Amino acid sequence: MNDPAVEIRGVHKLYGALHVLHEVDLTVAPAQVVCLIGPSGSGKSTLLRCINNLEKIQAGTILVDGQLVGYRRSGPDLVETTHRETCRARQHIGMVFQRFNLFHHLTVLQNLIEAPTHVQRVPKGEAIERARTMLARVGLADKQANYPAQLSGGQQQRVAIARALCMRPKLMLFDEPTSALDPELVGEVLDVLRDLADQAMTMLVVTHEIGFARQVADRVVFMDQGRIVEQGTPAQVLDDPRHERTRRFLERVG
Amino acid sequence: MTISEHVAASEPTDLPSRILTRKHYGNWVAGVLVAVLVALALKSAFTNENFSWPAFGHYLFSPAVLAGLGRTVELAVIAMALSIVAGIILAMLRQSSSKVLNAVSGAYIWLFRATPLLVLLLLLYNFAALYPQLSLGIPFGPDLVTVETNSVITVAGAAIIGLTLHEAAYCAEIFRAGLISVEQGQREAAEALGMSGRLTLRRIVLPQAMRAIVPPLTNQFVNVVKTTSIVSVISMPELLYSAQIIYARTYETIPLLLVVTFWYLVLTAVLTVGQHYVERHFNRGHETMPTAASRKLSRLALGAGQ
Repeated sequence: MNDPAVEIRGVHKLYGALHVLHEVDLTVAPAQVVCLIGPSGSGKSTLLRCINNLEKIQAGTILVDGQLVGYRRSGPDLVETTHRETCRARQHIGMVFQRFNLFHHLTVLQNLIEAPTHVQRVPKGEAIERARTMLARVGLADKQANYPAQLSGGQQQRVAIARALCMRPKLMLFDEPTSALDPELVGEVLDVLRDLADQAMTMLVVTHEIGFARQVADRVVFMDQGRIVEQGTPAQVLDDPRHERTRRFLERVG
Repeated sequence: MTISEHVAASEPTDLPSRILTRKHYGNWVAGVLVAVLVALALKSAFTNENFSWPAFGHYLFSPAVLAGLGRTVELAVIAMALSIVAGIILAMLRQSSSKVLNAVSGAYIWLFRATPLLVLLLLLYNFAALYPQLSLGIPFGPDLVTVETNSVITVAGAAIIGLTLHEAAYCAEIFRAGLISVEQGQREAAEALGMSGRLTLRRIVLPQAMRAIVPPLTNQFVNVVKTTSIVSVISMPELLYSAQIIYARTYETIPLLLVVTFWYLVLTAVLTVGQHYVERHFNRGHETMPTAASRKLSRLALGAGQ
């Protein structure tokens, strides 16, 4: 039996006294696409950031491909690992941010080869080849010499996706990848996500694009106030929600 | 075909024939005014004999002055290099998660920004009165090496140590400001790609922080170059003291002070030119075209397109 790609059990996350994640359980199978939806402040982005340890958790456990990220087991406890070990553990988890976060001082190509050459020690020639392949895949082969500031938001986000793919991730996390984009640029980024889903990439997508979730997701998870309220196939959750809160949320966004 | 010809030939005639930028008459008035003032100043400088320009020319390249200039440059470069290294370390301590290291850095910055450089230099110069001998040994154990303080803290030594201790505190704040100026998202993106803290700092954060660091750091360098003149109080024959030695003998005070001023101007000019190139390097990815050039380009493009 294969390990699930992501296994989240009993996770609590607090900022001081503020309880942002409350007893969260979620399992994602390999090659599955899971969309996290919910009102802002519901904890869906925080949950995503806990998976690659950008945020620490206060209780529970998160396994990615059967491995802890940022912690190791010590008897009944979890102990934080050193920064170096945490970095090693998360290099196969790609993450795409709402605000792209491309490195402004590097060209597109340099952005793509930075981590492969310095973290994975891939020879430069090979990293460049890999980068060109990924750029072609997101339709930006002609932009490799440009700086991020010279690209549109949609193009920057596609470069950011290519940058994450250059690390050969087993799992991709998308934190509202289209929320910072002008409406007419959303489509080109969603096309790239759709393409990735077709190629059996395991993906967790925090999104407000209900149409995209309906089309691409294997499973939709609705969160509110730090809890998972309901989850199921897009047809179940989006078209026939069981919970009043889900229904109200969908009425407002749909 | 020029733009105006093209527009004249095209159909709807209520379109403007050209779009002109506003004339800035105030700029012309200011230009004339400044030219007059500069002419007055020059006339006065060349007719007032107290300036003694022949003496100025005589001492400008005199060996004693040039030796002083060399010492000033040496002092400024060494002190600045050491201050930058110390400043980066202090800035990183200030941001570390350890409260102790944080406090150490804070205390250092407070202490050496609060102590006037003049006082600090005099203290260091008289350090032998505090500790006549310096020893290197095992803490609370026997001494291994012992030397006379005055053989270590020479005049030049006191000058370099004093300047470095003082400037490092300012450099630390400049670097801290630079590190803060880089948005958190850059660090997060690097972390998410599996880059370690050191790698992130060296490859992602520092190169971008340099954009915010270079202008105030050059400012600091210019300041250090001029601040070296304070070292003359402990009889270090740098540029100013070398000139003072000469005019104490010849009474040609004004021309020699002008010689000193001239060389400080030259040093600052060199630094300013250097700053331009360093800034251009760290501005990668942020270039915008100067407005005049961009306006000219648009005019050409419009002309070519028609």
